[in-house]
Amino acid sequence: MSTGLLPRTGAFPAFGTVALGILAVLGLLLTDWAAFVFTVALAKSLIVLGIILLMRAGLVSFGQGLYVAASAYAAAFASRLWGITDAFVLLVLGVAVSVVLAVLVGPIVSRYREIFFAMLTMAVSMVLYGFLLKAYSITGGTDGIGMREPTLLGMVVSGIAARRAYYYLSLLVAAVAVYGAHRLDHSPLGYMVRSIRDNDIRLEYLGVSVRQVIFSTYVLAAALAGCGGVLTAFALGHITPDLANWTASGEYVFIALFAGSGNVFAPVVGSIVYQFLQTYAAKYWPYTWHIAMGAAMLLIILFMPEGLWGIYERITAWRAGKEATVVARGAATDGRVGDA
Amino acid sequence: MVALETRNLSRQFGAVQACRDINVRLLHGEIVGMVGANGAGKTTLLNLITGYLKPTAGQIFYMQDDITGLPPREVSRKGLARSFQIPQLFSSLTVLENMLIAVAGTRREHRDFWRLLADRRRLDEAREILDLFGLLPMEHQAVDQLPQGARKLLDIAVAFAQHPKVLLLDEPTSGVSTSDKFPVMDTIIAALRQQGVTTLFVEHDMEVIARYAQRVLVLHEGRIIFNDLPQRVFDDETVRRLVVGQRARGRTGLESGPGGSPKAAVPDA
Repeated sequence: MSTGLLPRTGAFPAFGTVALGILAVLGLLLTDWAAFVFTVALAKSLIVLGIILLMRAGLVSFGQGLYVAASAYAAAFASRLWGITDAFVLLVLGVAVSVVLAVLVGPIVSRYREIFFAMLTMAVSMVLYGFLLKAYSITGGTDGIGMREPTLLGMVVSGIAARRAYYYLSLLVAAVAVYGAHRLDHSPLGYMVRSIRDNDIRLEYLGVSVRQVIFSTYVLAAALAGCGGVLTAFALGHITPDLANWTASGEYVFIALFAGSGNVFAPVVGSIVYQFLQTYAAKYWPYTWHIAMGAAMLLIILFMPEGLWGIYERITAWRAGKEATVVARGAATDGRVGDA
Repeated sequence: MVALETRNLSRQFGAVQACRDINVRLLHGEIVGMVGANGAGKTTLLNLITGYLKPTAGQIFYMQDDITGLPPREVSRKGLARSFQIPQLFSSLTVLENMLIAVAGTRREHRDFWRLLADRRRLDEAREILDLFGLLPMEHQAVDQLPQGARKLLDIAVAFAQHPKVLLLDEPTSGVSTSDKFPVMDTIIAALRQQGVTTLFVEHDMEVIARYAQRVLVLHEGRIIFNDLPQRVFDDETVRRLVVGQRARGRTGLESGPGGSPKAAVPDA
């Protein structure tokens, strides 16, 4: 969340390429259950990325579940009612539904900041939650609905192969999103989003509509949540109204704080670590795992306010400092040699 | 031709009348100073003209257009820019980044989420303006680490980047050290003259007013009580008593200003 971590150069970091490469290789090595955990984490990382973009403007959305659920249900209905099974078509459809919804909700929420923004986004999301819950004849209520197995470019994927397919599909979408977010970071819109926290009055005096900047970011975040929603539906195969519940939205905010908002890769790393922590915590403390997660969060907030990504930042800063010392020492030595 | 005009502009805050029946006219290319004690309503007037505050009565015309009630964003887009008494900048960013945002904002490229902010076109324009204000050597410095004088200059440079036809400066030399104030003002005025920008500047420093203003408006308790050449204003008994202070007369620099001929800035009466 620190503004000291603003990107300074436009080049796509080598770290990101390496990390994405490692994830691509991992897809071949992972056991089935681990591949599933990774897939769910990658889908979540997209939603978290959207939250982080909004956080840069000082806005916390507690209602991204709205777009996750809307796109997931849209994909499920499209596959059940219209027999659309192609994964890419469903993905585009889900994102389109999220974007249309965000364009309708955006003008209202973009007028608000701080706690009012957080509460309003949550409230809108709870409206959808209520509808999904009560409209039993359409949505199946709390039972939720099952997805038909999607196809990939005309190929039917099922069983074990499907796990890998969803993994790579999620990785592909996450990679594209991270690259896009990286471009955004260095673009005029990206700078203006961060400038809102710095000085929104000056931004208005530059002729820029702060509301429009917030609106654009909100729609982008919704599109990302839409991607995450459809990918989650693919991975789970069955979706319930819980996707729109505030507890789900809260979880994404939790991951965003856990991961740190300093970098566009943070959500990917943070989501994977979070998902594994949660999986193991639930395995070893089946009744008290929430306490374990809470303790992990407490430690992060107390000792690493920049989130998990802060560790990476600190290591690079420490290494840069060490190098600088070495260079300085070298220069001092050269000076002495020169004098002699 | 009149660039900016207010007609009976008034603003009330509860029981306080911050501005009452203000009638100001700025002609094209004019550089006008405004003085007044603290609380006289100077900043309120700038806030009213730029749409940050809504007037309780009266109208504002910019290039013959009625702009009363327009928000700052739209007033700025028309070419009426302002600087601030306390510099309003993006303090966690560098000097260059601040200027790049100003350039992108002015070009209405705030929807561009793909190309670099620092692309060639924007970079060239940003550097050109920084150079004009002598800020190029510190382009990579973070704004929160700049000396006050440089921050003040950058605040004005950012407003200048909007290619304004009319510029309102709120105390351009406040917080600037005594030894810097003339060089700073020389830079600003030279840039504004070069572009023929009509300027209204609020100032506490009578030396600065005497040296750079072609005409002076005196604001007292929300009213314009005087509107004349600097020399006449400073000679007026009421103005001296209410605004300038007795000692100021010898310090106006009208007889001999440091470094140059201040009379050049003041046309003969």
